[in-house]
Amino acid sequence: MEEVPQECPGTGSAQAGRGASCQGCPNQRLCASGAGAAPDPAIEEIKEKMKTVKHKILVLSGKGGVGKSTLSAHLAHGLAEDENTQVALLDIDICGPSVPKIMGLEGEQVHQSGSGWSPVYVEDNLGVMSVGFLLSSPDDAVIWRGPRKNGMIKQFLRDVDWGEVDYLIVDTPPGTSDEHLSVVQYLSAANIDGVVIVTTPQEVSLQDVRKEINFCHKVKLPLIGVVENMSSFVCPRCKKESQIFPPTTGGAEAMCQDLQIPLLGRVPLDPQIGKSCDKGQSFLTDAPDSPATLAYRSIIQRVRAFCHRHPSHEEEQRSTS
Amino acid sequence: MEPAASPGNLSGVRHILLVLSGKGGVGKSTLCAQLALALRHEGKKVGVLDVDLCGPSVPRMLGAQGSAVHQCDSGWVPVYMDQEQSVALMSVGFLLEKPDEALVWRGPKKNALIQQFVSDVAWGELDFLVVDTPPGTSDEHLSVVEALRSHQPLGALLVTTPQAVAVGDVRRELTFCRKTGLRVVGVVENMSGFACPHCSECTNVFSTGGGEELARHAGVPFLGSVPLDPQLARSLEEGGDFMRDFPGSPAYPALAAIARKILDAAQAPGPG
Repeated sequence: MEEVPQECPGTGSAQAGRGASCQGCPNQRLCASGAGAAPDPAIEEIKEKMKTVKHKILVLSGKGGVGKSTLSAHLAHGLAEDENTQVALLDIDICGPSVPKIMGLEGEQVHQSGSGWSPVYVEDNLGVMSVGFLLSSPDDAVIWRGPRKNGMIKQFLRDVDWGEVDYLIVDTPPGTSDEHLSVVQYLSAANIDGVVIVTTPQEVSLQDVRKEINFCHKVKLPLIGVVENMSSFVCPRCKKESQIFPPTTGGAEAMCQDLQIPLLGRVPLDPQIGKSCDKGQSFLTDAPDSPATLAYRSIIQRVRAFCHRHPSHEEEQRSTS
Repeated sequence: MEPAASPGNLSGVRHILLVLSGKGGVGKSTLCAQLALALRHEGKKVGVLDVDLCGPSVPRMLGAQGSAVHQCDSGWVPVYMDQEQSVALMSVGFLLEKPDEALVWRGPKKNALIQQFVSDVAWGELDFLVVDTPPGTSDEHLSVVEALRSHQPLGALLVTTPQAVAVGDVRRELTFCRKTGLRVVGVVENMSGFACPHCSECTNVFSTGGGEELARHAGVPFLGSVPLDPQLARSLEEGGDFMRDFPGSPAYPALAAIARKILDAAQAPGPG
């Protein structure tokens, strides 16, 4: 599904293959035959694949640059500190894959085996997959339209050999578009435990985040809660607190109260966070006493608790069989 | 794939500038808004076209939230910030019934709206049309570049923050510009340091140096570093005119300088 006409009515539409804009499309025959409207067989394949994955968590935001990848990475690091917990981190930001850098895995490549693609391991119990590993240069741009990105996400979910995993964390790009619809669609039979929403305090972020929350409601994704990043800044010299991003409408706290969603935590801005991410190191280990580390740890604990309070479908099946 | 260009609604627009980044949250919309205000204060007529369909920030930043879009014979009438009609805006934000409504569209539908935004808005006579984009190198970017190609944009302004994680994405955006034949007017580094309001100590909250290094690596002009400025953040929240009201604020000098460089670039004879 590489070259799709711009006025493509959509493969599931009644006009699929029949519209005027379908003329000349390489997929016209396929769509006209009704194949596009049938459920994608990959959904069942992914359901099978995900049977070895106990908990699946999506990290979303409507807004860019609020710290989704940072949180995803540190959620993964935090959960993987227990050697007996197997953690997988999947980066579905196809255009701006930040996860390899943040995890210290820049330049790594993906290997294929008989059982599929092998994730790249940071630790024995922490595996990562990202389109970043498929690019040969840091300057390579992935200039793909929606359908091609969707194909990649399908492959990531179906063809990566994750093995037995306790937590699969999925980092996403900002927005409510192809990548988000695809990951929800492809995991629809595999049961997503819940979503962590990330924001910063200002209304400019919250207005996008509310849209994301609405998206979650529309596609029936359970919400674990909201994390407010860059909450406040403590000057390293005078130790006084300032708000770089003023919460003019009450910040995440007010939004969460309004929408009746848990506020999982507020993480202050610590300049060490950016440095650790740039170096590909865990901020939790680099700055164990930072208030930001304490905030992250509390959030990780709450996410873990949520997953255990709401056992996955697979876990329930396992316990009754 | 390229739609036939009608000179039509863009025929009165002298210079088109796209504001891009590979990375989200670096300040593209902020820069679009401040550039529009700065250029207006230089006596220019400016339009802002917001093609971030999932996260349209421009209406709020320019105090135009809740405005409605009307039709005229030539298409859609842009929303004007003021009586003098010196700043004209178009954003999907104006078309949503409820502000919290999510636009959950796949690529093809987004592309169709972007094409309409490019060809069906009655901009009239403008000195500058500044185009705000979402992060990435995907549907919106391809569509807007293709739709604008025949109108010969001045080029692209690339926004980054200092840290390597951001620069990593913006490098890919530079490749996008090269591959699509879009001239890069320059790189702006945003969120460059924060001066503590209590003791004036400057901290590099998001590291330092990445923007300048990126510009050097790519062989494109470095247009300046804009520091973190809570007053700017507040102005954006309230839809105020930062460039008019806070000339003493930390971000002002850099933003004013960037606007002047854009004016210079527009006047210089060049491929754009």
